[in-house]
Amino acid sequence: MSMPPSNMSPSAEAASSQAGTTRSGLAEAARPPREHYLNAGYGIKSWLLTTDHKRIGILYLLSVTFFFAIGGLYATAIRLELLTPQGDLFQPDTYNRVFTMHGVMMIFFFLIPSIPAVMGNFLLPLMIGAKDVAFPKLNLASWYMYMIGAGFTMWSLMHGGVDTGWTFYTPFSSTYSNTYTTATALGIFINGFSSIFTGVNFIVTIHRMRAPGLTWFRLPLFVWAHYATSLIQVLATPVLAITLVLLFLERAFRIGFFDPAIGGDPVLFQHLFWFYSHPAVYIMILPSLGVISEIIAAFTRKAIFGYKFVAFASIAIAVFGFLVWGHHMFVSGESAYSALVFSVLTMLIAVPSAVKVFNWMATIYRGSIEYSTPMFYALGFMGLFVIGGLTGLMLGTLGIDVHLHDTYFVVAHFHYIMVGGAVMGYMGALHFWWPKITGRLYSGFFSHLSALLVFLGFNLTFFPQFVLGYMGMPRRYHVYPEEFQVLHVLSTAGASILAVGYAIPLFYFLYSLKYGAYAGRNPWGAVGLEWQTTSPPPLHNFHEMPVVDFEAYEYKEAPVAERQPYRVVKYGL
Amino acid sequence: MSDAASAHHPKDLAHHFESYEQQKQSSLLGMWAFLAQEVMFFSGLFVCYVVYRGMYPEAWALGSQELDWKLGALNTVVLLISSFTMVYAVVGAQRGNRKMIVWGLILTILFGGIFLGVKVVEYSGKWEHHLVPGPHFEWHGDPAAGKEVEMFFGLYFVMTGMHALHMVVGIGIMLVMIPLAWRGKWTKNNYNFVEGFGLYWHFVDLVWIFLFPFLYLLALAGGGGGH
Repeated sequence: MSMPPSNMSPSAEAASSQAGTTRSGLAEAARPPREHYLNAGYGIKSWLLTTDHKRIGILYLLSVTFFFAIGGLYATAIRLELLTPQGDLFQPDTYNRVFTMHGVMMIFFFLIPSIPAVMGNFLLPLMIGAKDVAFPKLNLASWYMYMIGAGFTMWSLMHGGVDTGWTFYTPFSSTYSNTYTTATALGIFINGFSSIFTGVNFIVTIHRMRAPGLTWFRLPLFVWAHYATSLIQVLATPVLAITLVLLFLERAFRIGFFDPAIGGDPVLFQHLFWFYSHPAVYIMILPSLGVISEIIAAFTRKAIFGYKFVAFASIAIAVFGFLVWGHHMFVSGESAYSALVFSVLTMLIAVPSAVKVFNWMATIYRGSIEYSTPMFYALGFMGLFVIGGLTGLMLGTLGIDVHLHDTYFVVAHFHYIMVGGAVMGYMGALHFWWPKITGRLYSGFFSHLSALLVFLGFNLTFFPQFVLGYMGMPRRYHVYPEEFQVLHVLSTAGASILAVGYAIPLFYFLYSLKYGAYAGRNPWGAVGLEWQTTSPPPLHNFHEMPVVDFEAYEYKEAPVAERQPYRVVKYGL
Repeated sequence: MSDAASAHHPKDLAHHFESYEQQKQSSLLGMWAFLAQEVMFFSGLFVCYVVYRGMYPEAWALGSQELDWKLGALNTVVLLISSFTMVYAVVGAQRGNRKMIVWGLILTILFGGIFLGVKVVEYSGKWEHHLVPGPHFEWHGDPAAGKEVEMFFGLYFVMTGMHALHMVVGIGIMLVMIPLAWRGKWTKNNYNFVEGFGLYWHFVDLVWIFLFPFLYLLALAGGGGGH
C-alpha cells in the first residue's frame, strides 16, 4: 500500500505549515512512505545500472564528495606549505603539482558537476512534475563518463600529477612539462561529455517534460538557472574538448598549433581555453544563484521580488558569459582595443548579477525570516558573492588588472565566487533538500554550527589573500618574503576552521540517515512541486501526476501583526 | 502510477513520456542540442584555421595546391548522395517500411565507405609525399614556408580526420541499426532514433561542405587571399 496522495493544494499546505502545526506534516512524520526510490530495488546492480534520475543524483553526490575531499587534501597541503616563508614541505616542482591537482580536482570534478549533476538531477524532474529526465540512459552515461574521466585523472594523480596549472597554458603543457599532462587532459576531455550530456538532458527536460499548467513563468528559479547553465554546458564544453585535442596532438606529434617554436600562437590557446573556462565559471555559479532564490523565498515566506528579472538575469549571465573571456588575457599581448571591449563587457555582466542580489534583498525586506541552516548559507552566500563580484569588477578594470594580475588578489577573488558562492550554494542546497532526498531531518544545532564555521573560516582564509595580492604576493609561488607571513598564517588558520566546518556535515548527515526524525513531505512549509510528493519520493516521483494551477512562490504572507521577525526552526535533534 | 495505467503504456513509448508527440519532440530537440554542441566543437578548428590562414596566407595557398580538388569534389558528390539515401531510410521509417530503412542504411554505409576509401587514397598519398606533419615531414618548395605548410597539413589532417571519425562512428551506429530495423524495432509511432540519426548524418555532410572549399579550393580561388 502506498501513501494516499495529498489532495491539499500547495498553498493550503504551505499555509497550514506556516501556522506552526503542520497537520499533514506531523501525521506523516511518524510514518514514512512504504515505497520510495531508495527501496525500489536493492543490490549493487540496482544502483550502477539505474536510470532513475534520483539515484543517479545520489551516485553523483557520493562521487563529487569524494573528489571534493581529494581537492581539499591538496588545498590543505598548499596552506601548510604557505605557513612559512621558506619551502619547508615541498620542492618547487612538487608544489606546482599540488596546486595544479587542487585546481583540476575542484573545478572539473567537483564544482562543474556539483549542483547540476547532484541537485539538478535529483530535483529538476520533481520540480517540473515529470517522472524522469528526458533521456534517462544518457543521464546514466553521463555519470559513467564522469567516472572514466576521473579515473584517468586519478591515474595521473597517483603517478605524480601534473604541474601546468589547471589552465594548461601552452607551450609549457604541450612541449616542456614532463608530467602526465596527456592523461589528465584526456580525463578532462572525457569528463566534458558528462557535462554535455547533463546539459542536453536538462534543456530537453525543461522544454518538453513540464507538467500540465507549468508555464515558463511558473517555473522555480532553480529551473531557470539550470536552463541557463545547460546552455553553457552544451555550447562551451566542446570548445575545451577540441582545444585539448589540439594540445594533445601538439604534445604527441609536434604538430604546430600553439607552440611558437613550430609556428603556433600561444595566445590562441588562451583564447580557446578561456572561451570555455570563463563561461565555465557561470556553470559553477548559476546553479547556486538558483538555489539561493529557492531558499530565500522559502524562509522569508515571500514570492521572489521581480521574478521575471531574476529569471532573465540567469539567461543574461549565460549569454554575456560567452563574451568576456578576453579579460583573462589583458597582459598576454591581447590588443589594447580588444582589451577595452572585453573590459566593458566584463562590467556589463555585473548588471544581471546585481539584479539578482538586489531582488533577493527586496524579497527579504519585511519578510518573515526563518533562520534555518539553508538560510544561513543563503545569507552567507549573498555577502560573499557581492565581495567576489565587486573584486571581479576591479580585476576587469584594465589599469588595476595590470597591477593585480596573477597575484593572490585574483586567487581570493575567484575563491569568493567559487567557494563563497558556488560551494555555499551547494551546501545550502544539500541542507535544504536533504529531508526530501533522504526523508530525514538532520541536527539543527550542529548544522548551524557548521554553517557558522564555514562562513567564518572561509573569510579568515581568503580575506587576507586580497591584502596579500594587493601587496604583491604572486600566485603559484611557495616561497615568499617574510613580511607576508602574518597574512599567510591567518589564511592557513582560516583554512583549518573551514575544514572543520566542511567535515561536521559528513557526520550529522550520515547520523541522520539512521537516527534522524522523519521529515514528512514538507518540513519547511515550502511551495514547489517537489514538496508535494512524499519524502523520499516514490520511484516515479509522484503518486498522481501533478497539474499546476498556481504561480511560482505562492507563499501566503501572514498578516503583519502575526509576523514573527525571528523564528528558529524546530527540527532535528 | 497504478499498475493498470502502466499496463496500458505502449511498448514503444518510454515510461516517462505521456505521449508519442512528447517523446518525438524530446528526441529531436535533444538531437538538435547535441548538434549545437558539434558545431561548437568544429568551430574551434575553424577558428584555428582562420587565424593561421590570416598569419600565413602564402603557406596556406601552397599547402592547398598539394590537395587534389578533383578527389575532394568527388567526395562531396558521394557524401551528398549518401545524405539522399539517408533521407530514403528516414522516409521508410516514417512509413513503417522496414525494407526501405534497411536499404537506405545499406546504401548510406556504401557511399560513406566510398568517401572513406577516397580519403584513405588521399591520406596515403600525403604519407608517401612526406606531407604528414611530424618528424618525416619534408617540404621541397620554398624552404622558408616549410614550417607553415606543415601547420596547414596539421590542420588539414585534424579537420578532415575529425570529420572522418564522425563518419566512422556514424557507420558503426548504422551497422547496429540495420538488424534492429529488420526486426522491427522502429514503428510508425516511434522512429525517432532513425530521424535523429539522419540529422547527425546530414550534419557530418554539412561539415564537409565547409571543409571542401576551405581546404581544397583555396589555391583555385587565387591563393591565400588577404595580402
